[in-house]
Amino acid sequence: MRLINRTPNRATGLLLTAAPFVLVLVIYLVFSNQRLAENPDDKLLPAFATMFATIKRMASEPDLRTGDYLLWLDTQASLTRLAAALAISTTLAFAVGIGIGLIPYLGRIFGQFVAVLSMIPPLTILPIIFITVGLGETAKITLIVIGTAPALIRDMALRVEELPAEQIIKAQTLGASTWQIILRIIVPQMLPRLIDSLRLALGSAWLFLISTEAIASQEGLGYRIFLVRRYFAMDVILPYVAWITVLAFLSDRLLRWVQIAAFPWFDQARKR
Amino acid sequence: MTAIAAKNVWKEYGDRVVLERVSLDIAPHSFVALVGPSGCGKTTFLRMLLSQETPSRGKLLIDGEPLPREPTPDRGVVFQRYSVFPHLTVLDNVLLGFDFAHSRFLGRLIGRARKTAAEDAHRLLEEVGLTHALRQFPAELSGGMQQRLALAQALMRKPRVLLLDEPFGALDPGIRADIHVLMQRLWHETRMTVVMVTHDLSEAFRLATRVIAFERPNVTAEAHRFGASITYDIPVHRQQVTGDATLA
Repeated sequence: MRLINRTPNRATGLLLTAAPFVLVLVIYLVFSNQRLAENPDDKLLPAFATMFATIKRMASEPDLRTGDYLLWLDTQASLTRLAAALAISTTLAFAVGIGIGLIPYLGRIFGQFVAVLSMIPPLTILPIIFITVGLGETAKITLIVIGTAPALIRDMALRVEELPAEQIIKAQTLGASTWQIILRIIVPQMLPRLIDSLRLALGSAWLFLISTEAIASQEGLGYRIFLVRRYFAMDVILPYVAWITVLAFLSDRLLRWVQIAAFPWFDQARKR
Repeated sequence: MTAIAAKNVWKEYGDRVVLERVSLDIAPHSFVALVGPSGCGKTTFLRMLLSQETPSRGKLLIDGEPLPREPTPDRGVVFQRYSVFPHLTVLDNVLLGFDFAHSRFLGRLIGRARKTAAEDAHRLLEEVGLTHALRQFPAELSGGMQQRLALAQALMRKPRVLLLDEPFGALDPGIRADIHVLMQRLWHETRMTVVMVTHDLSEAFRLATRVIAFERPNVTAEAHRFGASITYDIPVHRQQVTGDATLA
């Protein structure tokens, strides 16, 4: 039988899915044990027990100097920045994207402008942001917004243009004004699509968040891993990377769940 | 009871002529079928009647007045696909016309007004046989049910003209026969003028009171310089009144 027609059964499938994860863990364990056997003080590949102890301390014991629970302080700081920035980005994307996609005059004014803006590498603007708005929270949120909004806006505009022309014509034959078309036809159909774009934008949002925290911050997940880098504290860095990955993965799943629960028609229509 | 007239209508895209010298008078309450091979411009003509496109030359008149420059509720439409809104339930799809007419800012009726409108919508859905599916989304409906919904939706605003763009083209033969009966009954009851594009000749002759064929002239040199025009105009006589009780 052709390879493309062979499918694993349920048990084999689960095994295959788990395989690469297990493999990575095993490889890590082997090398970690080897290095620790040679030098018990090795910092490069700490044992799982060490990492667990470290992260447990950071989560459950106040920091000696500041009295903060560092893991939660960092998580809260980072997620707050991320949420604020993405709220601004998606609102912008929604308003501007629908305008560009639906209304020819707005498309002519902003279409190319946003296309050019989205080509500016956001990190090159970072110095400008620091100079103009300082090093505070505003700067971090601004960077994430600048990094994610143009792509989201363009995506939204494209998806509005993708709607069948028949729908817009039909709405007009039912007597809809431009405002009514936006409110009843475009917005409700764009909300689930916005969730799709947002899921894709999460990756770059985290990238910009970590970058800006690495450069100027007093707390945050990105700040912490760049801070402890000076002490080769891999027992902090590795669990933090894993934690960030878990957070990113969960937010992706959460968005998908909201999409299915809030817009049941969207999945049905997509499957046809 | 609405008459439509085309006076020497041309449609060109750049130097490519799609339609030329189309002149036509459509009597009130007629059911006109536009037929012809693919690419003969019958759909383009329908789009011009819808104000989705404008003629390059000539005039289109509705009851003696020039057509508005954008689609209006006096001309309803059913397309072959994408006629109903995937994010609205069957009931909401039909209520949409009412929502637009009576709620300028919200685009949605609430409370008692909505309840009254829902009763109207319910009556119309009963007529097209969809009352069992009020809360379903279009993706859950079969192709035939979707087109019946599209008809009900278009009729909610009581258009004077109904434009149909291959509305039944994607349906199975049995379902198509049922919906033909429905279509004739609705046409008879509402006194609308109907213009339907179809590539199915038997459908055209079964439903229409007049069949009009578009065709390009048979030239090979610079074919794009010659647009299609009306080549046949066939009145269809019926022994019994269409939409009569015996049909339903």
